[in-house]
Amino acid sequence: MTDTNLESSDGTRPKDTAVRPERDATEDYEAPLRVSSFSELAEMGHVAAALDPDAEPVLEVDNLRMYFPVKAPGIIRRTIGHVQAVDGISFQVPEGGSLGLVGESGCGKSTTGRLITRLYKPTSGSMMFEGHDIAGLSQRKMKPLRRHVQMIFQDPYTSLNPRHTVGAIVGAPLSVHNIVPRKQILPRVQELLEVVGLNPEHYNRYPNEFSGGQRQRIGIARALTLNPKLLVADEPVSALDVSIQAQVINLMQDLQREFNIAFLFIAHDLAVVRHFCPEVAVMYLGKIVEIADRDTLYGKPAHPYTQALLSAVPDVKQAAIGGRRERIRLEGDVPSPINPPSGCRFRTRCSLAKEICAKVEPPLLQIGPRHKVACHFPGELHHHPARPVTTGILGVDDQGSPVSGGSTVTTPPASPGYEKTWFDVETQQMTSG
Amino acid sequence: MSDSSTDPDAHINRAGGPGSSEDPFLVVEDLTVAFPTEDGLVTAVSDLSYQVELGKTLGIVGESGSGKSVSSMAVLGLHDAKSSRISGSIRVGGTEVIGLSENKMRKLRGNRVAMIFQDALAALHPFYKVGDQLAEAYLVHHQDASKRDARRKAIEMLDRVGIPQPDRRVDDFAHQFSGGMRQRAMIAMGLINDPSLLVADEPTTALDVTVQAQILDLLQDLQREFNSAVIIITHDLGVIAEMADDVLVMYAGRAVEYGTTKELLTHPEMPYTWGLLSSVADVTSDTSARLIPIPGNPPSLLRPPTGCAFHPRCAHMSKVPGDLCSTELPPLAPGERGGDHLKRCHLPNPDAIYQTEVLPEIAPDLVGEDSHR
Repeated sequence: MTDTNLESSDGTRPKDTAVRPERDATEDYEAPLRVSSFSELAEMGHVAAALDPDAEPVLEVDNLRMYFPVKAPGIIRRTIGHVQAVDGISFQVPEGGSLGLVGESGCGKSTTGRLITRLYKPTSGSMMFEGHDIAGLSQRKMKPLRRHVQMIFQDPYTSLNPRHTVGAIVGAPLSVHNIVPRKQILPRVQELLEVVGLNPEHYNRYPNEFSGGQRQRIGIARALTLNPKLLVADEPVSALDVSIQAQVINLMQDLQREFNIAFLFIAHDLAVVRHFCPEVAVMYLGKIVEIADRDTLYGKPAHPYTQALLSAVPDVKQAAIGGRRERIRLEGDVPSPINPPSGCRFRTRCSLAKEICAKVEPPLLQIGPRHKVACHFPGELHHHPARPVTTGILGVDDQGSPVSGGSTVTTPPASPGYEKTWFDVETQQMTSG
Repeated sequence: MSDSSTDPDAHINRAGGPGSSEDPFLVVEDLTVAFPTEDGLVTAVSDLSYQVELGKTLGIVGESGSGKSVSSMAVLGLHDAKSSRISGSIRVGGTEVIGLSENKMRKLRGNRVAMIFQDALAALHPFYKVGDQLAEAYLVHHQDASKRDARRKAIEMLDRVGIPQPDRRVDDFAHQFSGGMRQRAMIAMGLINDPSLLVADEPTTALDVTVQAQILDLLQDLQREFNSAVIIITHDLGVIAEMADDVLVMYAGRAVEYGTTKELLTHPEMPYTWGLLSSVADVTSDTSARLIPIPGNPPSLLRPPTGCAFHPRCAHMSKVPGDLCSTELPPLAPGERGGDHLKRCHLPNPDAIYQTEVLPEIAPDLVGEDSHR
């Protein structure tokens, strides 16, 4: 527990949190939001973030795994299995860019976020950040690096301590890391509050005096306190009202541009991710099944799971003009990660599944300049190839049995980045565009 | 007040909102719900009127605190008479609900009118088997039925909502169900007595998109089968666009726009509705579309703003002459394009503003898409 008490420094007594806020949360709280014309308001809105293909990666995750042990009941508590929450994922987050991580609940996206912030210690794999592999660092060696990797949490009601003032919450990282002398904490806190669009004079108020959107701004201010290079945002807007969601997303886009912060943006809302992230990875049951730039992933998804996921999103503007997309029904629920299906983990719910899918796990194959997919039959909707395209790489026949005498097939692990040459699904050849 | 392009007589006929000559199953008229608190009277719903016919779906949208849930709970008589003041009229299949005795209300509730809640884990009892909870809902309204009948009915309903192996699952507890299955079980419970009106309060908010799609499909199938009237309360315009025939947009306890779904989403005339449309991202729209937030926060209902409650957050106020927006509450009046479209706004030419100013920013790919209408 940190004990930053800002009130004592300027002589005011901490107020009892049990007191009902007399001030109305909607009064004069926010920085100038009064707009006089729509064009002024429109300027505040942002278009979707653009991809910088040449940006260096700030974080490189390679073959990361997190297995949680499942213990038997009773005294001895023998380990009887593992929840394979994250099973061999690789990706890069470009400097100042954003990678989106989407998938259904239980797919491992939040675990991934907690691994990167090292709230969990990974079972295996590496996470290269600033020249260090942070996957295996001890807590003590990790501490100086923590200031560069911060997190924004989903629920602004439970992620702020109700008994600390906003000033104490936002200022705590400064005193923990001994960055500035105690006297300079308050000016920095006020500066941060202003940056996120809150009134800097409200540093001595308590979280319960703020609305949900304002609380999320406080959470963002806290994450910004130490000038991080990477922010892990785990469902940062899903607890907010739609109109407030747009405010917070715009704010994060502003901050990203201003401070050159990279984001790992975890969300289940595919539309929000599309707007915020130029690159998106889709997870299913602990694995990345498809990763691509925005236009490819949303425009020409090649994995049947991505296609099903996208078709399930209701679309306001299209539905309004009567253009309703075809919906692919996914039956059933996500299987248990304790005992995942053999081969391709999606095969139990996939309409394309064939024999090979149960026998061999599909590799995460690069099929475009910035497009990787883990499927034996990758292709656009209704244009999936009839024969598996992965047989040559894996050395198996169409049914998934090894062709050259060997009995087991190992799927090569994917590399975090993209290669200059890739496998073209149409010609079944390696190509460089 | 009447626009030159609108026929004044037609306005009187549809004063209650969009609908046809048939007598609607649910008619809400001038509903006001207020809660006395230590700080003063909170008027959560003011002068709300709407109607829903059998076989039709009404979507109610708005931010938290806009009164969408409070108004629907009033339809089910769920407000405590001691702590709330309710006026106006709610007629369910011809029966006036306001002032109905608790006994009579109980007969109506769960039988002709049922509700599906947002959080299925909280709404289902953790200590009782799911099947027993379903059976109880059946037995309350079928007192001559045996327990065995009720169990059979529970299994039948679980099967209907697509729960695998319903004869085994009927003996499970709520925590043994996945999120989607719990929501299905709650829908089964809501429908076990074939209600004519189903109120679904954020039925899919806590669910994944794939499960949401399953549940929405299920609701549509069941509605077709039972020909029931459905009210869907949500903040997700996407759900509205897919499910609803009519849409009611609420702000600060009042209806601010009301019309058929297609008309309202393609030709919205109230800046708050524009704000809702411009603050949601889409999976297919042009990536040059802007995400434009509604500035500020929803108002306090203790001290709602004078005049139009939305005026402190409205970016189009300068287009209205004088200080009309902050002094006078606009009436819920027919829209520019006639039809059954009602809006509460002083703006003189909203459709033109939306099509030429707002739409190019939020959906450049849709400009001119339906100019033929």
